[in-house]
Amino acid sequence: MDFTYTETQDMIRDTLSRFLSDTYDFDTRQKFINSDGGRDPAIWTALAQELGMLGAPFAEEHGGLGGGALENAIVMEEMGKVIGIEPYLPTVVIAGGALKAVGGAQADAFIPEIIAGNAIIAFAYAEPQGRYDLANLRTTAKKDGAGYVLNGHKGVVYAAPWATHLLVTARTGGATRDREGVSLFLIDANLPGIVRRDYPTVDGSRASEIYFENVAIPGDALLGGEGTGLPLIEQIVDEATVAVCAEATGVMQKLHEGTLEYTQQRKQFGVPIAKFQVLQHRMVDMFMEVEQARSMTIMGVLKLGLPANERMAAVSAAKAKVARGAKFVGQNAIQTHGGIGITQELAIGHYFKRATMIESQFGSHDYHMDRYERLVLAD
Amino acid sequence: MDMEFSPEDLAFQQEVRDFIAENYPAELREKQDEGEEMSKEDFLVWHKILHKKGWIAPAWPVEYGGTGWTPTQRFIWSEETARADCIRLMPFGLAMVGPVIYTFGTPEQKAHFLPRILSGEDWWCQGYSEPGSGSDLASLRTTAVRDGDDYIVNGQKTWTTLAQHADWGFFLVRTDKDAKQQEGISFLLIDMKSPGITVRPIITLGGEHEVNEVWLEDVRVPVSQRVYEENKGWTCAKFLLAHERTGIAGVAASKRGIEKVKAIARTEVDGDKPLLANAFFKRKVAELEVDLAALEFTELRSLAGANAGRGPGPESSLLKIKGSEIQQRLTELSLEAVGHYGAPYFRGFGEGDNEHPIGPDYAHRAAPTYFNMRKTTIYGGSNEIQRNIIAKMVLGL
Repeated sequence: MDFTYTETQDMIRDTLSRFLSDTYDFDTRQKFINSDGGRDPAIWTALAQELGMLGAPFAEEHGGLGGGALENAIVMEEMGKVIGIEPYLPTVVIAGGALKAVGGAQADAFIPEIIAGNAIIAFAYAEPQGRYDLANLRTTAKKDGAGYVLNGHKGVVYAAPWATHLLVTARTGGATRDREGVSLFLIDANLPGIVRRDYPTVDGSRASEIYFENVAIPGDALLGGEGTGLPLIEQIVDEATVAVCAEATGVMQKLHEGTLEYTQQRKQFGVPIAKFQVLQHRMVDMFMEVEQARSMTIMGVLKLGLPANERMAAVSAAKAKVARGAKFVGQNAIQTHGGIGITQELAIGHYFKRATMIESQFGSHDYHMDRYERLVLAD
Repeated sequence: MDMEFSPEDLAFQQEVRDFIAENYPAELREKQDEGEEMSKEDFLVWHKILHKKGWIAPAWPVEYGGTGWTPTQRFIWSEETARADCIRLMPFGLAMVGPVIYTFGTPEQKAHFLPRILSGEDWWCQGYSEPGSGSDLASLRTTAVRDGDDYIVNGQKTWTTLAQHADWGFFLVRTDKDAKQQEGISFLLIDMKSPGITVRPIITLGGEHEVNEVWLEDVRVPVSQRVYEENKGWTCAKFLLAHERTGIAGVAASKRGIEKVKAIARTEVDGDKPLLANAFFKRKVAELEVDLAALEFTELRSLAGANAGRGPGPESSLLKIKGSEIQQRLTELSLEAVGHYGAPYFRGFGEGDNEHPIGPDYAHRAAPTYFNMRKTTIYGGSNEIQRNIIAKMVLGL
């Protein structure tokens, strides 16, 4: 049992933290998220080529740094601290995770492209009717010769406007909510028949509604087995959920620090408001939520390798706790700031917006408590 | 970073399991299962078994009688003793005054007191709180006035846990009335059989005699029984409080507590289903488990920091706050789970009818325990004081 970070892990954190403090200050971020493209592509290129950061969780034989889930968590926490909108989660954590899991020729072909910064992969899994149920799919992939034909509608696909590829969940069989019949495909984002409606998201990113209209995809786009993809999808979504918990930790830490700083400057009744015990205790409660989010992230990371049921229970416990904590810390950061907290002007509100979206990303508190109970508290 | 146990750790875990299985007293187990109150002898029987084995003080340095276990082995030990529901060891000697003595004491104090703490020969109590000083501990007014080689001690202590059993007490007393509050305090070891000491019971909500008032009238205490320098007792007190807070998370015991609550909720019937199938009750249990996991991993992170050379710092206040809240929520759920049979009171009306027990065994202590455990957010520095400590020491406010 060991709860320490290796030197390489410390180096990843320090390198990224320094890079982001130079390139990702709040004003710069606001400029590029409000630009036409919604991002600064040079940052992604630098992350890949100058820092080698996109190789953090990949094997050295693919050109990576030889890490895994903990390295992803380190990167995501740093991203959270700057409310980064870089598509590390869908590209490296999710698509990268799927490719690592299936291995073989597909991994050999794609992972180096991810590491080099050439591929941006959006994860098209959610559907308007499905909420957080990964098997609730109406999108279909019908066998057609050696390939498939894709039809359906994917909702709120983060980073899709920037994507070179899409990682798509679809039914190759079964009824809408069956566990059987689910497949995972990695496809070119610009195939004929893919229609996108792009829009900004409330937390500063970009996303799309994606409509597949008789999109012909090649047979080798299938990752893993046909119709037996759900366990793989559950696994990579669990990995992504833990990564989002790490991001939340970074976001929550900044919300807390920003509040501490503000209350020491802001004077009311002739004294800094940080002198008021009621605010001190609130900030202690926020601190405790940040620390517990960090603890739960580590628990999630360490339990990702367990058998599926134990893994899912641990990830759900982590996400449920982090979702509550993110809400508490975010709402109290705003409340403590007072009126200035609800303006666009200060960074704090933008951290709150990201914290709010994280609450329900890959499943809300209620969803994860339900899943936890099903797995652990069967009567 | 990993959670794997090495082959040596797994072998140790098996050794601990075997030892407990072979040596834990069956009569004690029976009393615990029936929810009976524990006597001094009950507490000491397990203490003495562990002392004989050399496992009584895993946290102590080896030179004073510690086990030399790795932090992982200590983790395994606390997990296994909780899993087996072993009776808790009294903390006053082992976790409180012992570490103060081996950290600040004279060679003579170490040689005399430490072996007797380990063997269980001396039962200790803590003379800290006074009627006028609750959370503001440094405002204490018990005085010790120098008279030759003795101090003459006068004053009153309160909330003195299990002082009715105690052979010795460690006391905070004022030795300089003119110094600033925290600078005029000394740390004395006092023989509880000394003339002038009176111990009076305080009966708490569950009907237990757990805490006491201790009166000191012209009690003579040799100067050789002062630990550390005169007027530097606050240093010992702070050290002890930080020490007290690390163990106070009580993770392993709360894990066991959740298993007990679940067992009750699987037995109790709600409509045509077990209580645990009630969505509302189940959610409360699940939330508690999740919060306990967060506490567990916070403690593990904190232990890793301690391994890296940092002692238990002010962040241990977090463990105290969350640990005590969880302990209380556990007792709330137990009481809620037993329904009607939380009400019968098993004390003060004689033995009753032993042939026909009232309600299930697990219900007997539910309400008294719930009442009793309200203390956890008050003692050891109330949770409000813990928040003050974090605000000052961690957040820099």
